[in-house]
Amino acid sequence: MLDQVIFYTFAAIAVISAILTVTRRNVVHSAVFLITALLATAGIFLQLRAEFLFIVQIILYVGGIMVLFVFVIMLVNLDEAVRQMRFARQKWVALLISLALAAQVGLMFWSSRKMPGQGMPKFAAAPVEMLPPNSEAVAKSLFDTYLLPFEIASVLLLVAMIGAVVMAKKRT
Amino acid sequence: MLSIGHYLFLGLALFIIGVIGVVTRRNVIVILMSIELILNAVNINLVAFSRLYGDVAGQVFALFIIADAAAEAAVGLGIIIAFFRNRETVLEDEMDLLKW
Repeated sequence: MLDQVIFYTFAAIAVISAILTVTRRNVVHSAVFLITALLATAGIFLQLRAEFLFIVQIILYVGGIMVLFVFVIMLVNLDEAVRQMRFARQKWVALLISLALAAQVGLMFWSSRKMPGQGMPKFAAAPVEMLPPNSEAVAKSLFDTYLLPFEIASVLLLVAMIGAVVMAKKRT
Repeated sequence: MLSIGHYLFLGLALFIIGVIGVVTRRNVIVILMSIELILNAVNINLVAFSRLYGDVAGQVFALFIIADAAAEAAVGLGIIIAFFRNRETVLEDEMDLLKW
């Protein structure tokens, strides 16, 4: 029961602030609503008993990536962009195609529910007295089974860092 | 009782909102933010399946996606700054140097 209340609360916050993110005229408002959506997603992660990912979401997304976004918003001149047209000229066609995509996937969910023996599986109840240690399990999996992808991800971050510095550098 | 379908619907809703933001907005910074929304929707699905099957591999891949999102945001915002320095615009339909 508590799980459902938490899920619906955070899901409503996430969806509403995502809609506001893509519809606000001012980019700073969009960034603030995106932060709200990411925090609500962090709440969903906690409700799914992924504590490590909950912390990583807050520290890395909200504390790192969004600060980067806000910095760039301050660097580029926004006074003109606020007054100009918000949506591109092809917005109605684009909206129609996106909604067609949504209808397709929604139809897939709907038809899979009615198939015999193929209903949506329910989650097993979480143990009440003591939850399994999440961070340890993630660390074991990350440094044991997925060691090579982990190293590749670190190389990717290094490349991205060098690329960002080179691109944002002033030409002399 | 919550089922996996609840989380899949939430992920679908966030994904579609992100797609709508990518294809309809003009400001490139908002487009990058919508891409972050899309990656976030995928993370919800991965963590929900990780909980359903009791396997932490889904959470590990969600971590990789977060690292990817960080790299993509850094490079994308670097490109936006470089472009703004040259052309004084952040609107996508004015980025037509390669079009003729």
